[in-house]
Amino acid sequence: MELFIDFEGGSIVFRLVGELDEHSAEFVKRKLDSAITSENFNAAIFDLSRLSFMDSTGIGVIIGRYKLLKKQSKRAYVRNPSPTVDKIFRMSGLYEIITKI
Amino acid sequence: MSIINSMNLHIEAKSQNESFARSVVASFFVQLNPTLEQIEDLKTAVSEAVTNCIVHAYDKAQQGEIVIACNLSEKEIEVKITDYGKGISNIEKAMQPFYTTGEEGERSGMGFTVMQAFCDDVSVVSENGSTTVTLVKKV
Repeated sequence: MELFIDFEGGSIVFRLVGELDEHSAEFVKRKLDSAITSENFNAAIFDLSRLSFMDSTGIGVIIGRYKLLKKQSKRAYVRNPSPTVDKIFRMSGLYEIITKI
Repeated sequence: MSIINSMNLHIEAKSQNESFARSVVASFFVQLNPTLEQIEDLKTAVSEAVTNCIVHAYDKAQQGEIVIACNLSEKEIEVKITDYGKGISNIEKAMQPFYTTGEEGERSGMGFTVMQAFCDDVSVVSENGSTTVTLVKKV
C-alpha cells in the first residue's frame, strides 16, 4: 500500500495505491493524519483510482479521517472508486458524508 | 449438490496473510468462470471473515490458526473460515450493522453486513471452541 499526496488548487489530494485492509490500515491512518494536521488546504479529495481493494476496515479509516477533517471545518470528497469499492461506499452510507465527485 | 473440487488452506492469524488468503480463494474460484465482479465480491467477503478472526477471535496479538476450506460445485463455491479463538457469544448481535466489540474506536462494525451484501449466503456457527463462517457465492 502506498499513499501519494499532492495539491490541486486549494485542495489536498490523497492518492491511495494498492490494497486497504487490516494490514495496511495503520500506515494509511498515520500518513493521512499527519498530512491533515500539518498541511494547508481547504478541502480533501480521496483519489481511489488506483485502490485495487478495500474492505470494511477501510470504511473505518475513511470515517476517522472525515471526523478529523470535520473538526477543522474542511470538506471531504472521493473520486474514481472501482465498482467494488463504490459498492462498499454505497452500502455503508459513506456517500452521505463524503461526496463523490 | 455434488462437489467437483476442494482445497484447504491453513494460515496463521496475521494481518499480512489477509491478502494471501483472499487471493488464494479467488484463484480457486476462477475454475467456475465467475465474472470479475463475482471474484471481487468473494475476495471482499473472505477478507472480512479473516479480519474478524485476526482482530476479534484472537485479539490481534494472540497467535492462532485460521483454516479456510473451499468446496466447488458446478454453480457455486462454499468457503468455510474457521478459527479457534474466543468465539461469538451472540451471533445475531454480531451480525447487526455497525455493531463492533473492537476497542480501538475506528472499527466500522460492517464486516458481516459486507459479507451478506457480497455473498449469496452467510452463516455462522460458534460452539465447542471453534467459530466457522460459511460463505456461499454462486456463479
